[in-house]
Amino acid sequence: METEYLLSMNNISKEYFGNRVLKNVDLQVKAGEIHALMGENGAGKSTLMNILFGMPVIHQTGGYEGQVQLAGEDINITDPHDAMNYGIGMVHQEFMLIPAFTVTQNIKLGRETGKPNMLPLIDKVFGRDLDTLQWDEMAKDSRKALDSIGMMNIEEYAKVAGMPIGYQQFVEIAREIDKTGIKILVFDEPTAVLTESEADRLLEIMRLLASRGIAIIFITHRLDEVVQVADSLTVLRDGEFVARKEVAETSYVEIAQLMIGRTVEKLVEDEDTDKRELSDDRIALELEYYCVNMPGERVLDMNVKIRDGEIFGFGGLAGQGKIGIHNGIQGLFETEGNVYVHGELLDLEKRGEALRNDIAFVSEDRRGVGLLLNESIERNILFSAMQVKNEFLKGGLLDGKKSREHSLEMIRLLDIRCTGTQQTVGSLSGGNQQKVCLARAITLNPDILMVAEPTRGIDIGAKKLVLEHLRKMNREEGVTIVVISSELVELRSICDRIGIVSDGKIADILAPDSPDADFGLAMSGLKREDVGE
Amino acid sequence: MTKLKKAIDIIGIPRLIIGLFFIALVITALAVGLTPSSLFSDILRRWMMYAILVLAMVPGVQSGIGMNFGISLGIVSGLLGSVISMEVAYVKGWFFHFGAGAAWLTLLLALLIGIVLAAFVGAAYGLLLNRVKGSEMTVSTYVGFSAIAMMNIVWILLRFQNGQLRWPIGSGLRNTASLQESFGGLLSNPDVYSQSRSIAIPAGLNEAGSVTVQQPKALSFLAIDVGGSGFVLPLGLIMVFALCCLIIWLFLRSKKGLAMSAAGENELFAVSNGINVDSMRILGTAVSTVLGAVGIIMYAQTYGFLQLYNAPLMMGFAAVASILIGGASIERASISNVIIGTLLFQGILTVALPVVNAVINVSALPEIIRIIITNGIILYALTKARGGRR
Amino acid sequence: MTNNNLENRVLKPNISIGERLKTFLFENKVMLVFVIICYLGYLASGSRADTVLNEVFTRISRNSFTVLSLLIPVLAGMGLNFGIVIGAIAAQIAVFAVVYWGLAGLSGMALAVLIATPLAIIFGYLVGKLFNMTKGAEMITGLILGYFADGLYQLLFLVLIGRVIPATNPRFIIDGGVGVKNVVDLTGTLKYSIDRVRIIDLALGLLVIVAVITAVRLYLHLSKKRKFTLKDLALMVGVGILYGITYIPAIERHLYVERINLIVALSLVLALFAIKSAYSIYKNRDGHDPTYSRGRSISIIVISVIAFALTYVPSIETLIMSVELPVLPYVLIGGLMAFNKGILNTRLGHNMRTVGQSNAVAAASGINVDRTRLIAVILSTVLACWGQLIYLQNLGTFSTYGAHMQVGQFAVAALLVGGASVSKATNSQAIIGVTLFHLLFIIAPQAGNNLFGDAQVGEYFRVFVSYGVIALSLAMHAWQRKKPAGSMMASLSQAGPAIAETEKKE
Repeated sequence: METEYLLSMNNISKEYFGNRVLKNVDLQVKAGEIHALMGENGAGKSTLMNILFGMPVIHQTGGYEGQVQLAGEDINITDPHDAMNYGIGMVHQEFMLIPAFTVTQNIKLGRETGKPNMLPLIDKVFGRDLDTLQWDEMAKDSRKALDSIGMMNIEEYAKVAGMPIGYQQFVEIAREIDKTGIKILVFDEPTAVLTESEADRLLEIMRLLASRGIAIIFITHRLDEVVQVADSLTVLRDGEFVARKEVAETSYVEIAQLMIGRTVEKLVEDEDTDKRELSDDRIALELEYYCVNMPGERVLDMNVKIRDGEIFGFGGLAGQGKIGIHNGIQGLFETEGNVYVHGELLDLEKRGEALRNDIAFVSEDRRGVGLLLNESIERNILFSAMQVKNEFLKGGLLDGKKSREHSLEMIRLLDIRCTGTQQTVGSLSGGNQQKVCLARAITLNPDILMVAEPTRGIDIGAKKLVLEHLRKMNREEGVTIVVISSELVELRSICDRIGIVSDGKIADILAPDSPDADFGLAMSGLKREDVGE
Repeated sequence: MTKLKKAIDIIGIPRLIIGLFFIALVITALAVGLTPSSLFSDILRRWMMYAILVLAMVPGVQSGIGMNFGISLGIVSGLLGSVISMEVAYVKGWFFHFGAGAAWLTLLLALLIGIVLAAFVGAAYGLLLNRVKGSEMTVSTYVGFSAIAMMNIVWILLRFQNGQLRWPIGSGLRNTASLQESFGGLLSNPDVYSQSRSIAIPAGLNEAGSVTVQQPKALSFLAIDVGGSGFVLPLGLIMVFALCCLIIWLFLRSKKGLAMSAAGENELFAVSNGINVDSMRILGTAVSTVLGAVGIIMYAQTYGFLQLYNAPLMMGFAAVASILIGGASIERASISNVIIGTLLFQGILTVALPVVNAVINVSALPEIIRIIITNGIILYALTKARGGRR
Repeated sequence: MTNNNLENRVLKPNISIGERLKTFLFENKVMLVFVIICYLGYLASGSRADTVLNEVFTRISRNSFTVLSLLIPVLAGMGLNFGIVIGAIAAQIAVFAVVYWGLAGLSGMALAVLIATPLAIIFGYLVGKLFNMTKGAEMITGLILGYFADGLYQLLFLVLIGRVIPATNPRFIIDGGVGVKNVVDLTGTLKYSIDRVRIIDLALGLLVIVAVITAVRLYLHLSKKRKFTLKDLALMVGVGILYGITYIPAIERHLYVERINLIVALSLVLALFAIKSAYSIYKNRDGHDPTYSRGRSISIIVISVIAFALTYVPSIETLIMSVELPVLPYVLIGGLMAFNKGILNTRLGHNMRTVGQSNAVAAASGINVDRTRLIAVILSTVLACWGQLIYLQNLGTFSTYGAHMQVGQFAVAALLVGGASVSKATNSQAIIGVTLFHLLFIIAPQAGNNLFGDAQVGEYFRVFVSYGVIALSLAMHAWQRKKPAGSMMASLSQAGPAIAETEKKE
């Protein structure tokens, strides 16, 4: 049975500094098979591929356990060059292309064909450096590679700049094909940047390549693509192997269930009574035809109403747009469409307008956007309130006494572990840095609080504290809270409703106790009705 | 032992090395027979006279434009202000009409013109820098050089009458103009309070063609000759520097100042808090340029001469090196960096000359050492700068 | 899938002549402004055309090599290499040594090259290492490094020589016994050592080189490593015949000169361009290379013919005939231009170009980015060193403490005037730049005198221009235009333009 598989990764485990990211994961692919690799963010897909590719990051952090077999033989891949020699290729999400160069030059990048220099002995002294490059020959090779994936209308002499994204990706694919003896080709979320027709063309190419005996590993979260083109699939979850299925023998719902399903742990204590009255007549925040141009997290024509006093969650996979939502309102990226705060239109062109309208933010990028790493805890906590509401100022200057008092209170309230209010934020642990960000938002006394990835990198105890504090703010002070998170468990713990974002739009709004499969489908942009179940 | 290590980490190895080097030089100088009073007097004077120029780096760095090699623009504004002020004083016969007070008027007018000019030039320069984000240092170096080269043409075309400014024969301004008959030494030289000077005035105002002037003894606290020992305390100069430091300190603690520092430290953070990063950069550049103008005027009055033409070419580099020695980086700079850095940098140069002269007789050696140290420090800082390359 | 080439032919879009002219003017605005300034300055200076022309060609022969050495770092993405100052320093150390030891002529210069080159390689290596530590800030690093190196150089020449390094010759050493004099005179030693090489000597040199190459190839053939081909034989025979021709008395007479008239040189160059273009038309007659532009070759031939015809106009003819060019410097300049172009066709050169386009992509493709950049810097430093040697031997004297500092400034400014930028520089931009920049230099003082009554103004003006051109070019290169407003919806939902639509029809 084993020799049937071209690639076999068995019992693969990997640890990053004590953190287990892969636990006994198996992956088997036959020659000529299109095999989908699926899972949520952090499921371990990238790590698994990094191991297959011999990426330096794997070997620099202690290697991996388990074995990799190619056509039945054990192999050990030590670096990307090695992987290439074994016939393993990868088409990355970020194209490694040079726009100013031609298609041929890009296909042959780093592997140009050359002839020894006409001057004698040069090659003895300088090695291959001064070889004369044979562009005609390389053009022929490129033509062959392009034709083999059906790209007869891409000119090998054309410059890559200005080509549609889809075509650029095809050039990437041609490059992998051109590498001699390609046996396995990995596609990492290839359709993310493509238009519908380009995506269709890509899937055709995959079929073409598979028909020539190349094994294809297709990392994707799009269920419809999987059903359309894949022969089999593997689902990973939290670094563990969940299942391997033949596509013909499973269904959308089952796959979705496999991706999401787990016992829902309680992250917060049950509360006694919920005295809130939420109503569709009182809307705190409304997004209408809302678009955000955040590279990698684009929001596209989103429409949603968030009720006053509710805790609303935005979930979904990375790159689907949920991170763009609050960043757009914060004013960090170009936006279009309308944002209404309590019925009033927000002028997003004006800097800091959201803050002035009592919306506070906690960014998902605490080090990059959320904090001044070289400044003290105190300075960070009161910064927004000072700039936007002129608080903590005496005679135009910083009011030292007041600011220290307030910081001490925040430190106590959120249990920030530090040596004092003057400690530089950069030297705090991730969790405590997050608390400082939260403190700054709280200091603004907001009406609406948008928190992105509230407990990322925080230990369990602190997680509980942060989530419970958020709920307390909501119940006791009536703050409308919007939580943006990639951890469904967290969202299902405190949110009243959860909107799953896929391809920049809201695929579905679900109650926390909805079936797991519903969440999985939504992440792929589908609802139950769409798949006829 | 760890406490010592901690102290070393805070001070930083380069600073430690240079500090020790400085102390070694001082000890050598005293050992070679230099009088302590004149040595320390020189160090103090040079420290204070350059300090404001170094202070000018702080607003620039804090607002995010990196090291302001274009401080030449501010220097040139200050020089222009001084030159215009001196000409006005001469042509209007201020020393004839106002006696000793004319020197003060000249100084004040020079500062006024210099500051106003520098504010405009600095703002325009800030606009330019906003369009070349990422290449500020390279662009600023050459804009600075160009400005000085352009002023060379201006200096030579200006047909002023003040005898201190112009060439005796021919037209255009001198390379070096003495401030003896103007505001030289008001804040740092005891002689202006103890001796009288003869100052030329335009023909026709009186028979002699000159007046004799001495600054009032009441103000002699501004430049104190300590007990005739040779040690001079330039109190006036120190007070001006302290005042500038205070103003900058207050500014950096104000809402605008804090916003500016945030803009320079983390652009996204600033934007998310409603701060207009581009405006903050212009603000920082303008303040930096103004300090440059003030700085060169203070420098000139201490030195006693106005140096035109190519003399200011390398002053930007010296200021940059000074603040870097003081512990600043291309991304963050504080007032303490200025104070310590200027002391170390100028101190080494001051002490090196007599020491070297006593040991080897090469007059150019201190200048060579200055070149090597200045540029070596900047190179070191460049290799350390992370991200946000300019 | 139809074979629809039109949408994908991004190479030769159908732009009107008017559009092309507009783009040309826009991209070369610095150069055009310069041409105007030069012309006005020339009129203002009232100088004679033939004096100016002679001086310009002298300066071209003297400075072009150094400016051409700046091209490779631009290619490799390191911007303008202000660090060529260090190459110049290597040259000056060698020149000083050779002159001090009293060696002269071509052999003296050969020794200077032997001393300077290893020095330049070592220095270049250090500079390259430094640049690799300051990626993204190479230009400012190079600038500061130049000043730093100057300090060390002064330490050597002013303090160490005469004291630690024994040297007492009063011709070169300052009275007092320590430190080199401000000006070193090369007359009688290295002055014109390169300029004075005669054509006949060059012919001999070429023969020797080809003979050596042929001998090595024969050896390789005999030791079965490489076949000796017909092409190899043809080369040897061809060069041999060429050399034999030089023995014909009628021709020989002309070749004992070290200078050729500009008319002759110009005619030769124009003929060369025309023949090269004709050859490429022939080579591509079957149209197999879609990147080849026949129109361009034809226009080159036409322009060459017109230019040649113009040289028959009497006034132009007399003007051109008044200029005599030294042979070897121009041969070397031509050689470097060929090298700059030729290296692009080698793996090393192509790697440099790749690294210059994107460090990240180059690294991901397996190219050793640091090593490639290092080699680029070493090459540039060595070339700048040789350029300085050519410069010094023509100038005949050198200001010990100032010569190398100006090099960086003026070479960079000249290149930029020619239309180059931080990211793109070509051979022709270098030559045009040197011509225009030095033209300004020549006429500025007199123009200043005539316009302002002070020659000093002219001198200051040209310094201002040299700084200003760099500042302007750097600013223009870094200029970030405000983003145009546009509908995000449209651009967000379609990743590509209309081509996606046309495909649906298939």
